[in-house]
Amino acid sequence: MNADPLGVLTGAHYLDGDFACGEGAMAAGCRFVAGYPITPSTEVVERISRRFPMMGGTFIQMEDELASMAAVVGGSWTGTKSMTVTSGPGFSLMMENIGLAAMMETPCVVVNVQRGGPSTGLPTMVGQADVMQARWGSHGDYEIIALSPQSPQEAFDLTIDAFNLSERYRVPVMFLMDECVGHMTERVVIPEPEAIEIEPRRLTAKPQDEFNPYEINGEPVPEFARAGDGFRFHTTGLTHDERGYPMMTVECQESCVRRLLEKIQDNVADIVRFEEEETDDADVVVVTYGITARVARLGIDLARRRGIKVGSLRLITIWPFPEERIRRLAGEVGALVVPEINYGQLVLEVERCAGGNCAVQAVSHGGGAVHDPEDIAAAIVEAAP
Amino acid sequence: MTTEKVQTRTDFPAQPPEFPEHPSTPYLRMDRIPHVWCPGCGIGTVVKCFATALENKEVDLDKASVVSGIGCSGRAAGYLKLDGFHTTHGRAIPFATGLKLGRPELLVTVFSGDGDLSGIGGNHFIHAARRNMDLLVILINNFIYGMTGGQNAPTTPLSAKSSTMPFGNFEPPFNLPHLAASCGASYVARWTCLHIRRLTWAMEEAIERKGFRLIEVIAPCPTLYARLNKLGTGLDGLRFYHDNAEIRHGADTRELDIDFQKGIVCGRFVDEDKPTFSERMNDHYNHVLGEKYRPMPPEGGWLHE
Repeated sequence: MNADPLGVLTGAHYLDGDFACGEGAMAAGCRFVAGYPITPSTEVVERISRRFPMMGGTFIQMEDELASMAAVVGGSWTGTKSMTVTSGPGFSLMMENIGLAAMMETPCVVVNVQRGGPSTGLPTMVGQADVMQARWGSHGDYEIIALSPQSPQEAFDLTIDAFNLSERYRVPVMFLMDECVGHMTERVVIPEPEAIEIEPRRLTAKPQDEFNPYEINGEPVPEFARAGDGFRFHTTGLTHDERGYPMMTVECQESCVRRLLEKIQDNVADIVRFEEEETDDADVVVVTYGITARVARLGIDLARRRGIKVGSLRLITIWPFPEERIRRLAGEVGALVVPEINYGQLVLEVERCAGGNCAVQAVSHGGGAVHDPEDIAAAIVEAAP
Repeated sequence: MTTEKVQTRTDFPAQPPEFPEHPSTPYLRMDRIPHVWCPGCGIGTVVKCFATALENKEVDLDKASVVSGIGCSGRAAGYLKLDGFHTTHGRAIPFATGLKLGRPELLVTVFSGDGDLSGIGGNHFIHAARRNMDLLVILINNFIYGMTGGQNAPTTPLSAKSSTMPFGNFEPPFNLPHLAASCGASYVARWTCLHIRRLTWAMEEAIERKGFRLIEVIAPCPTLYARLNKLGTGLDGLRFYHDNAEIRHGADTRELDIDFQKGIVCGRFVDEDKPTFSERMNDHYNHVLGEKYRPMPPEGGWLHE
């Protein structure tokens, strides 16, 4: 189905990544946003709060990020597409109810415009050090999806994808921007509403007395009933059976939690997206995401001028991690080079998947700025066999 | 002194007699009964009062949601046959805020305990009251963290013992009606779970009001609070309420502190017709944006149907 024209600002614009993300959410049909101000993400909700009153959307500035995330989970259970926006310190507070969203299988989008950490860190300066927190930040075993845009145009496009994936898999989707993409202003083309594909909420067609909120019928996820449609269902953050009732048994834990994992793990091929350049006969492949992908392009050019055969693998989906692709690449190339604005996070996944079949070289940067492309080039040259 | 020999009855019918259905059955998830609450606990009584209030007010149950946090009282959402959400500790109010704003036509009730709503959830409580968010909050106050084993709560009276204040509590407790009233709640009442008719009436009244409505219900916890403080059984708790509760409608909320084993002032303290968050938002946007303003439809945001 197509986008609601009210939310789509068709045309060519000059927008920063935060505004583009907000436009993407509105185009995706998001009509409830709860948030708390935090640099460098606040422009997303500033954009939304200015445009929502004209399209039947409600923005509320909550008292903190705990409340913001809880309100988003509640909002989504009405069927209204819901989102929150934050940065590192707020992301930490949201972890509690991100776990609830995962356990209750609530579609929603959590935007994190990453800044330098830990703690208050570098509020106005770039970081990419929340990628592991996005995957593992809430307690217990669960899966989420995380996407990472490299430009304002992608901030728009991928926010729509984030909503669509959250609907398809009934899972919170982490939208991992970074301060540079968030505050970078570029041309953003917003298409006609008819050209925007929207994944609707999978509302159940079952009679009210035959509906169980967590019954799956060969599908990866259960059908959805909205609060207020007469199903009078129950849902809980406790381990639950298909009726949504708490069930404190080993067997129920196994069936309840395993399905939270498998609905993502079994559909990696549908979810995972990446972009490759010149990987076919490369000796070295640079694995990147977010703003670092654009900086690495310069580093790759510099290394090529020095005679190295370098390819690039840009991750659009960070979680689930593209294990298969990395595994195959590791058997074909001499080295994988992983620049990221942290002291080595996603490189751990690359190492795990490479399994010792090629060298893996991190190019770390503590945050506050992007890499010097020369550092990436030097790492490529050093890693080349 | 005479001792009468108790006769053992042997004439039981082969099949137990058919009992008529309990009048609250349509409001409860009977497939989840028996519940988790201890003998003598007051929470079940409060659930029954709420079911009666829903029945008497002929509430459209399809449009009524109940949200709980964590704890003994937090299990109430699991027994009421409404759209029920058993959420995270302290976050029932913001979760309920999302439900109400996401689908404004819903009647959203928060049903949780003193520790959940005023301890870990205290910040959400005061902000929802400040906004006059359209939520009915039933707060069961048993003066202690029951489910985790009797730890000190922000409501434990001075000198009362708890498992983490074994020598008696020295922290002053919250006066919850005053907290809610001073933050802007439109309806504030307190009853004990002995006052089942008055509590039911208060719930009926609150269902008809709008904005942030707080009903604090004092309830015994015989397993922990009463045992640690040697206060006897649940029945002794009710007897204490009978002897010590005082009804003072319209009392100054500053005077509603609860001291250890002293009088408990009950009644309706605040009942004001004040604009809710949504009313203020709609009025404001209608005023400044005029015809450009499109409020969230009562049935929820863009539903692509």
